[in-house]
Amino acid sequence: MGSKEFAVKDPALARAEQVAREDLVMFVNACFSCTGQREFYNDARGQSVAIDFLHEYILGNYRRLYARTLAAGINHFNQAQILLNLLATGKQTPPEDRREEGALIASALRALPPQRAFRVLELLRERRINNRRARAIAREYLEGRPDLSFDAVKYRAKLRATVAHGHMKLPGELNPFLFHGWRKRVYTTPLLEKFRQAHYDQGALFELPFTIAEGLAMKHGIPRGVFLERIEPRLTMAERLRLQGAAAREDGAIAIDLGRAPLTKLALYVLSLKPETRRERRAELHAALEQSAARTLRRAPVPLGRVAAVLDNSYSASGSTEKRRRPLGVALAAHYLLSASAREYRAFWTNPLEDPLLLEARGQTDLATPLLDALDWRPDQVVVVSDGYDNDPPNAVAEVTRVFRTRLDPSRRTSIVHANPVFASELYAPRGIGALVPTVGVRDAEDLPTVLGFARFAEGAAPLSELEDYLAARVRRLLERGQRGQEPVESQMTAGEPLPAEEEA
Amino acid sequence: MTREKTRRLLPTGLRLAPSQVWGNIRLVPVLRDEVRGDLRFARRTYDDALAVVSLKGGLMEPGLKYVSYVPHGLVMSWDNKQAEVVAGTRLQKPDGKVLKAGPFTVRVMHRMARREDKNRLRLLPLHLAMEGFLAMHFGGPEVAWTEYSQEALSHGLDPRSEWSVPGWASAAFDEALRVFEIHEQQVGVLIFKADMLLSACIVSHPEDYRALHRALLEDFYGELLLQYGFLANAADLWLSIDDQRVASMADLRDAVGRMRRDWADFQGFMAGGLFGAEVTTSTVYEAGPFHLERFVTSLVPSEENHIGEVIVRADGTLEYLKTYRLSAAQTRRAYLLKQLAGAGWNLERAAAGLKTTREDLVVRLHNAGFGYLLKESVLREALRHA
Repeated sequence: MGSKEFAVKDPALARAEQVAREDLVMFVNACFSCTGQREFYNDARGQSVAIDFLHEYILGNYRRLYARTLAAGINHFNQAQILLNLLATGKQTPPEDRREEGALIASALRALPPQRAFRVLELLRERRINNRRARAIAREYLEGRPDLSFDAVKYRAKLRATVAHGHMKLPGELNPFLFHGWRKRVYTTPLLEKFRQAHYDQGALFELPFTIAEGLAMKHGIPRGVFLERIEPRLTMAERLRLQGAAAREDGAIAIDLGRAPLTKLALYVLSLKPETRRERRAELHAALEQSAARTLRRAPVPLGRVAAVLDNSYSASGSTEKRRRPLGVALAAHYLLSASAREYRAFWTNPLEDPLLLEARGQTDLATPLLDALDWRPDQVVVVSDGYDNDPPNAVAEVTRVFRTRLDPSRRTSIVHANPVFASELYAPRGIGALVPTVGVRDAEDLPTVLGFARFAEGAAPLSELEDYLAARVRRLLERGQRGQEPVESQMTAGEPLPAEEEA
Repeated sequence: MTREKTRRLLPTGLRLAPSQVWGNIRLVPVLRDEVRGDLRFARRTYDDALAVVSLKGGLMEPGLKYVSYVPHGLVMSWDNKQAEVVAGTRLQKPDGKVLKAGPFTVRVMHRMARREDKNRLRLLPLHLAMEGFLAMHFGGPEVAWTEYSQEALSHGLDPRSEWSVPGWASAAFDEALRVFEIHEQQVGVLIFKADMLLSACIVSHPEDYRALHRALLEDFYGELLLQYGFLANAADLWLSIDDQRVASMADLRDAVGRMRRDWADFQGFMAGGLFGAEVTTSTVYEAGPFHLERFVTSLVPSEENHIGEVIVRADGTLEYLKTYRLSAAQTRRAYLLKQLAGAGWNLERAAAGLKTTREDLVVRLHNAGFGYLLKESVLREALRHA
C-alpha cells in the first residue's frame, strides 16, 4: 500500500496517514449506502449501531474531514446525521475551521430536501441542542426559504418545534398560525386562510398541499377516488409516482411524465408493477427509463468507453421490508444509466434474462460466471452492481478477480469497480468482491458518476493528500453553488403548481 | 409391518450445489437436472393442537394410536395426468375428524399414509418414520422371562414416547431459511447444524420444493438443532484457485468449474452418514411405480443415525427423501432394544452380546428409560451392585 511518497517519510507518520485514509474511505463509503434501515441480511438495529459508531469515531478523530464529507455526495440520511453531530459539538471546532464549517452546514442544510432539513431542525430540539450557532443556522435557513407560509402549512409541527426551540419571531401571521392554527378567526395570508377554512369547508382543502389535504379529506369523509382526482394538480413529482398504484385501484389515473422522474425511483416503480403490466406497457416504461437516464447524464455527464455491467438479480436483491427491491432497482437503473453513457455496452446478469424490464429477484448468486463472461468480452471498464454475497460457489468472485488482476491483466487494461447498494453492518462497510477490486457504496444509481470518481480512493492507491484535495475541491464547489443563488432544489421537480417536493422518502 | 430389507441410500439423479451458511446452520441445495413431473407433492395444513392417528382399527375405535402435534401433511399425487392437475390446486378436503377440546381442537386421522383417490396419497412426513421407529420391538418380550414386569409382558413397550424439536425453536434456522437463495432446479436441501447433518428433505419437483421451503420450519428435528446452540459459526469454507495454473481466461473458467465440483464432492462427503450408508427399509405403500419405504440406519451408537422415508424410482432415481437425525440417547435406546430382541429378550445372552454383565445391562436399561420393563426387585438388586 505504501506509495513512493510515503517511503521518504517517517514510517510512523506514513502509517498514521494510511490509517487516516482507510478510516475516511470506510466512512465515506458507509455514508453513500447506509440509511440505518433494515437490509436483506442485517437488521435495522445493527445498521444504526454500526453507522452511529462510525459517525462518532470520525467526528472525534478527524473533525475537519468529517465536516467536509458533507460535500462528498453522500446520501441525505448521513448528511442529516453529520449536520446534527456538528451542531451538537460546536465547542470543539478549532477557531481556524469555524468559518468553513459554518458555511458548509448552512449550504448542506439548504441543499437537503425540505422535509429532511426541517427534520434536522426538529431533532435539534429533541436532542436539546441549542447553542448560538445552531440558532443562527436555523434562523438563516428559515430566512432563505422562498415561501415560509407554505412551509408553515406543510411542515407545521416541525416548523413550530424550530420556532419554539429558538424563541424566534417570524414575520406576519406565522407565529399565531403556528401556535393557534385554525382556531384563530381569520387570516389575511391566502394559504393560511385556506388551511383554516379547510377544517370547515371541503372545497378549500383542494388548494392545500397533498399531504395536508389527505388528512383533512379523511376528516370530511371524501371518497379516496374523488379526492385523488381533485387534488391532482397539487401533486409533486414524487407524489405522482407514489400514487400511481393507488389511483389505479380507484379506477382513476394521475397524469405523470415518467421520463421526468428520478431514475432509481422510476426503476423501483417499474419493479413494483406486475410482470404482465410491465409486458403490456413495455414500450412506454422502456422509453421513460431511457429518458430519465439521459436527463441524469445531462446534469452529470460521464463519458465511458466499452463498458460491461455485471448485475446481481439474485434473491437477496429483493432487499427488505424497509428497502423493498432497492438493490434490484439500483441494478436496473445502473443498467439504463451505463447503457446511455457508454460507447459500447453489454449487461451480464447473474441469472440471465431476456428483457431487463421483466426483472425479478430470484435464485442463487453466481457472480463468477457473469464476471467471466464480461471479462471475455474485453471491455475497458467493468462495473459490478451487487450486494457482495456470492454463494455459488462462495468466494469464487474474489478468486476470479484476484487471479485476473495478478495473472491475466497485471497492467490494468480493464478496470473493475464494484458498486454496492447494501451496507454490511458487521463489516462497517459495503461487502467487497476481493481485495484487488475497489468497492464503493451507492444509494441511487444517479450517484454512480460521483461514486466512480471516488473509487480510486477505495482501491487504496491514492495517498491521503489526494483524498483531502478531492474533498476540498468538492467543498469549494458546494459553497460556490450555495452562494450563487438560493434557488430551491425542488422547483424543478414539480409538474403542476410550483410546490416543494419530497425528494427522498 | 411388511418385510424388511437392506439397501444403500444413493443420491442418484441428484447433484449438490455449494452451501449457504447462516450462523451455525449450513444449508446445502440439492439439484435435479432431469425433472419428469409425474410425482408431485403439495402441503396440507392442519390447525389443531394435537393429532391422533389410528394405526390399527377404525377411526374412533379403540386400538393402537400415534399421538403428536402434526402441523401439516403432504399430499402426494403420481401418474402424469393426475399429477399435472393436482399441482397447484388446494387440497384442503376434510381429513379425518376434528374434535373440540376446550379452546383447542384435536384431529383424529386414519393411518400415517392414506390413499384418498386413485392416484393420491396423504402422508404425514417424518411422523411416518418416527412411528416406525417407536414401533420397533414394540411388542416387548416374546418369552416370559422372569425378570420382566407383568406390565411389560402383557403390554410390551406401550406407551412409548420420544422428544423432538420443532424447526421454529431455533431462531438461527428461521433466519437461515429466510435468507437462503433457492436455485432454479433445486428439489431439496441438506440441513447441517454445526457441520453435522441434521436432516435431508428432497422432493421430486422444483416447484414443490419452492412451495415447501418455508414449511421446513414446522417440521421436527433431532435435539441437535438445539445442542451446540452456542457453538461459533459454521466455518466459511473457502476454496481458492491456484493462480500458477491459470494462463488464460479459459483456464480461469475451468478453475471455477473445478471449484464447483470440489464443493459438491466435499459436501457429499459431509453427508456420508446418510448417502451411501446401509439402511434397513420396509415398504409402507406401493403407489404405482413408486414405493414409499421407511428406513433406519445401523443404530450403532458410535455412528450418526437417521430415520426417514424414501421413494426410489425403478431406475434408482431418488424421488423423495425426508430424514430425522436421532440423538445419542435415542440411538442408545433403539440399540438396547435391538440387542434385547436379537437375544430373544434374554438378559444374560444380551449382556454377553454387549460384552457386559447382566447387572450392568439392567442399569443401562434403567438409565435409558426402560426401567418399567423390569421387575422392581431385579432393578433394585442391580442398582445396589452397580
